[in-house]
Amino acid sequence: MLSIEHYLILSLALLIVGVVGMLTRRNAIIVLMSTELMLNAVNINLIAFSRLHGSVDGQVFAIFVMTAAAAEAAVGLGIILAFFRNHKTVDAGEVDALKW
Amino acid sequence: MLNSVLFYFFAALAVGSALVMITRRNILHAALFLVMSLLATAGTFLQLQAEFLFIVQIFLFAGGITALFVLAIMLVKPRVPEPATPFTKRRLMVTGAALVFTAQVLFAIVAGHSSLRLAARQLDIAPRNAEAVGDALFHSFIVSFEVASVLLLVAMIGAVLMARRGRNAFD
Repeated sequence: MLSIEHYLILSLALLIVGVVGMLTRRNAIIVLMSTELMLNAVNINLIAFSRLHGSVDGQVFAIFVMTAAAAEAAVGLGIILAFFRNHKTVDAGEVDALKW
Repeated sequence: MLNSVLFYFFAALAVGSALVMITRRNILHAALFLVMSLLATAGTFLQLQAEFLFIVQIFLFAGGITALFVLAIMLVKPRVPEPATPFTKRRLMVTGAALVFTAQVLFAIVAGHSSLRLAARQLDIAPRNAEAVGDALFHSFIVSFEVASVLLLVAMIGAVLMARRGRNAFD
């Protein structure tokens, strides 16, 4: 029998993979993809708890998380494109204009 | 029984392709493995009786956002591939932090299992899932819904401003 812990641990595994990818990769696009992975892991949690409580509120919240993820992807890729146009690179280590 | 087999299949697929995604040198391959991970997660959503989110996940994430990523990858194709990162102190720190975080959350899950009896009840969600979600969205969460639509509008304008040629934030 599947309990909620199975889903929580799956979500934890995906979140950790996302965190490690975000912190170790240099390519800004892969950093953004790892963010999507982490938001997706959060959605599994929300939906699992929604199932646990027999209410759709968690699913509605997951819809808002998806909205934020879509907005973030669009703006993030726009920023990466603008950065690439000016610096000819998408290496996250090169983004240091605001570093003092 | 079948439920467990399907769960482990989707879970292994999701975590496995996520791991492949963060280790690929080629960004386009990474994007394809991201799609696989998101689709496997969609299967998990279906198991949790969230049919509407299952469809939304496939349309919006596996379809829309991935197309956006692939388009961006085409536009910013790097001339030299990313160099292999050596096993540095930074990587060691990231691994350590990830292990500590995993231990914390696992402890919370184990502690919660005994005190909250999480597995004791599992109620069924209303059979007409899309209708129930829409009902909740337009009755209890109408203000959040409107705020989310404003957020999307702002994100759309922001993305166009950022990506257009000519004067922009980095000049």
